Amino acid sequence: MAITFPFSAIVGQDEMKRALIIAAIDPTIGGVLIFGDRGTGKSTAVRALANLLPPIRTVEGCSYNCDPAKPAGLCKACNDTQAIAPRSLKTREAPAPVVDLPLGATEDRVAGALDIERALVHSEKAFEPGLLARANRGFLYIDEVNLLEDHLVDLLLDVAASGENVIEREGLSIRHPARFVLIGSGNPEEGELRPQLLDRFGLSVDVVTTKDVSQRVEAVKRREAFDRDPEGFIASHQAADAKIRKRITTARGKLPMIAIADDIREAVAGLCVSLGTDGLRGEMTLLRAARALAAYDGKREVQLAQIKAIAPAALRHRLRRNPLDDTGSGVRVERAMAEVLAP
Amino acid sequence: MTEARAASAIWSDACRAAQLLAVDPVGLGGVALRSPAGEARTAWLLMTRRLAAGADATASLPIVQIPADVSAPQLLGGLDLEQTLALGRPAAQQGALARADGGLLILAMAERMGAAAAGPITAALDQGEVITERDGFSLRRPARFGVVALDEGIAADERPPTALLERLAIHLDLSDVTHRDMEDAASVDIASARRSLYDVIVPDSVIESLCAAALVLGVTSGRTPILALRTARAAAALAGRCIIAEEDVVLAARLVLGPRALQLPASDQQAEDTPPPPPEDNPDEQPPEPQASDSEVRKLEDTVLEAATTAIPPGLLQLLQDNALRGARGTNSGKAGDSQQKGLRGRPIGSRRGELRSKARLDLLDTLRTAAPWQNLRRASARSQLIQIRREDIRLKRFKDRQATTTIFVVDASGSTAMDRLGEAKGAIEMLLADCYVRRDEVALIAFRGAGADLLLPATRSLARAKKSLAALPGGGGTPLASGLIAAEKLADDVRRKGRTPTLVIITDGRANVARDGMGGRERAQAEAEQAAILIRSQRFRAIVVDNSPRPEPKARGIALSMGAIYLPLPLVNAAILSDAVRQHTSQRPARGSQ
Repeated sequence: MAITFPFSAIVGQDEMKRALIIAAIDPTIGGVLIFGDRGTGKSTAVRALANLLPPIRTVEGCSYNCDPAKPAGLCKACNDTQAIAPRSLKTREAPAPVVDLPLGATEDRVAGALDIERALVHSEKAFEPGLLARANRGFLYIDEVNLLEDHLVDLLLDVAASGENVIEREGLSIRHPARFVLIGSGNPEEGELRPQLLDRFGLSVDVVTTKDVSQRVEAVKRREAFDRDPEGFIASHQAADAKIRKRITTARGKLPMIAIADDIREAVAGLCVSLGTDGLRGEMTLLRAARALAAYDGKREVQLAQIKAIAPAALRHRLRRNPLDDTGSGVRVERAMAEVLAP
Repeated sequence: MTEARAASAIWSDACRAAQLLAVDPVGLGGVALRSPAGEARTAWLLMTRRLAAGADATASLPIVQIPADVSAPQLLGGLDLEQTLALGRPAAQQGALARADGGLLILAMAERMGAAAAGPITAALDQGEVITERDGFSLRRPARFGVVALDEGIAADERPPTALLERLAIHLDLSDVTHRDMEDAASVDIASARRSLYDVIVPDSVIESLCAAALVLGVTSGRTPILALRTARAAAALAGRCIIAEEDVVLAARLVLGPRALQLPASDQQAEDTPPPPPEDNPDEQPPEPQASDSEVRKLEDTVLEAATTAIPPGLLQLLQDNALRGARGTNSGKAGDSQQKGLRGRPIGSRRGELRSKARLDLLDTLRTAAPWQNLRRASARSQLIQIRREDIRLKRFKDRQATTTIFVVDASGSTAMDRLGEAKGAIEMLLADCYVRRDEVALIAFRGAGADLLLPATRSLARAKKSLAALPGGGGTPLASGLIAAEKLADDVRRKGRTPTLVIITDGRANVARDGMGGRERAQAEAEQAAILIRSQRFRAIVVDNSPRPEPKARGIALSMGAIYLPLPLVNAAILSDAVRQHTSQRPARGSQ
């Protein structure tokens, strides 16, 4: 495993870190999009997140990281084994997958295709799972998501929507579970993201470089310490990282118990109406994210504070664009919150 | 404005840069070298190669050179055809990034490189490894190298991709260096500097002064101070110091901070003339307060700033003003590479059976896949262990034409209504851009006024960028319609050569009163406009003339007719109507030719 900069050592960028943690607590939120300036630690944060994720239980030898506790979501191979001899699946604990979708990846590696080695050498028709299989129950990270080729974007949208990857090519007919949290990052200077893709992300974070000299000095100092002695630096932040991991695990457990009062729901509905967001996805995401945040903060029910903290990330990419209004969408959300959520 | 530095001083800095790159290629990321091909560049490259090789005499140092139009398989690797056919099983081929591991990656004509080609390179710079997911292979290879980006750009906006420049610590410009300025650099002990690199002590004051100085110069990226610090550290190691000294920081300021500066320090005597930095970086810029914990830090910061200022390219302010109009620095680079990379023959949509003809492109992988199941059978009958491929296995790549259009707005910015027209055009452009990704469209803007026409927004599909460029639009003056039309025709021709379909949207009242040479005179101006319109017609560009005079103007209709354009009287142009009209008319296919 590559040596990565520890999550807890990242200076500032609280909104980005919060959004990533929320996605780790509740994968159903629908992923995180991180857009912003260069040199703000976007990819560093995502790669660091991999070390924070609690491990998952999977079926031994399964290419799709099947969850033995959920018989309904098993892949075909695991299902067959299960049907012949119930409880015969061997399980093991594995790190939650964080899969990089590199630029220049070809469709056969993303979706999976005929295993060409076995076909050529042994004349067997076997399926070689792709990145979508590997990312099942984990995270799929696309750096420079706005540079991704269109046909791959379409493929990802399909799979992300259905939670299932269907392959019909080369005489193969295969479907396998592919539920993953999509994390994308990019720089808007290099091109906009297609609106359809934008809407699929649960949370969207705008990152800007900090202008605070002391924060920047601290960031450079930590990077310098990491360059000098990566292992030692990671060791010195292990406790802080472990603490975040523990909070994530605890929050996951508490998630179903967090109550959302009716007046909070109404406030959220009012906020979405005043912003004119399309559909219900914004409201649902905002409530779910606020619930995850409440669980992370150790609260028993969602309070206005969590709504306020997460509303910009949950709503800013769902606003109708008003070309004549130059105000950033984050600001518009803030403004609406000040009006609607006033106590 | 800063005075141009003596060429000999630039050369001696360049020599230091080559040494620093040899000491810490991975930490520095590399060097961006702006210079035409010539003596200075050749000498510098030779020196760099020699120094880099000298650092590690035990092994032959890989130096991989790649062209600007490098393709994804070349960079990342993939299926090795020859080996695959020879061995009878799939064999992987290493890409240029993996081959450069431990050495240098030289990018020729980096100013023509597109963002798509730069993506894998910047990813490798960030992660120190290259991840290839192609052609049935899933490979992870170390790729730790220093980049030398050769930039032969001449115009200010011909630059390597910004994402790449951002990751290369040192930016050099050898354009003005001749052989008279080149002195041999003193020989240095690279190997020992390499060994002691991480023993160099970094005082906090160095970090603080570099961070503060970067902000004062308008450099906001978090990477820059880190790269500057690594440069200073390499310089200290090279000089055999065990702690970073002032002169190391000064060198780093000259090599790393100065060339990136987006604004001059406020203390400069030109403070009043300093334009606000481009909005991209600093929406709410305030002159950062230096962390005045310590007078020593402030003194060092002043020294750093002074050094960096000497390295600010002359003419920076002019450049910044131009960029404010023309869009962010460097984002327009590498269009040629872009089109090669993506292949304007459209996006691949799978493959089909077919005959191999000269124009057809073999889909090797699908061909092998098709042939694969039959191999045992065929090998037995052919008594050979080679892969047996039959004619019916051949699969060809299929591409879908993009039908990508570039809408070129040509806006009359003359006279009193100029601001309104420009405002509406601006609104329409943004509305079109807002959904342009879906239709894969680009938008460009030409405005004509006074003595001539200006390209205000080169073809783009970035809303962020368009907004920035549109923020400051000049208006007023005469109506040089002919100049505007000629500029539009030229741009449309460029666009078509890039494989896209141009559509011209001309917003004017058609009353030309300035000729192409900038002189007044209605008749001549009108006649020239007619000629320009006929030129556009001869090229058969799709065009719409939007007449925004209070009542339909015969002259505008005449121009539209000469152009073979759709004539659209819209006395009250508003952004929504305009963008609807454009959408409606551009969706008509095929393009309208002459009537």
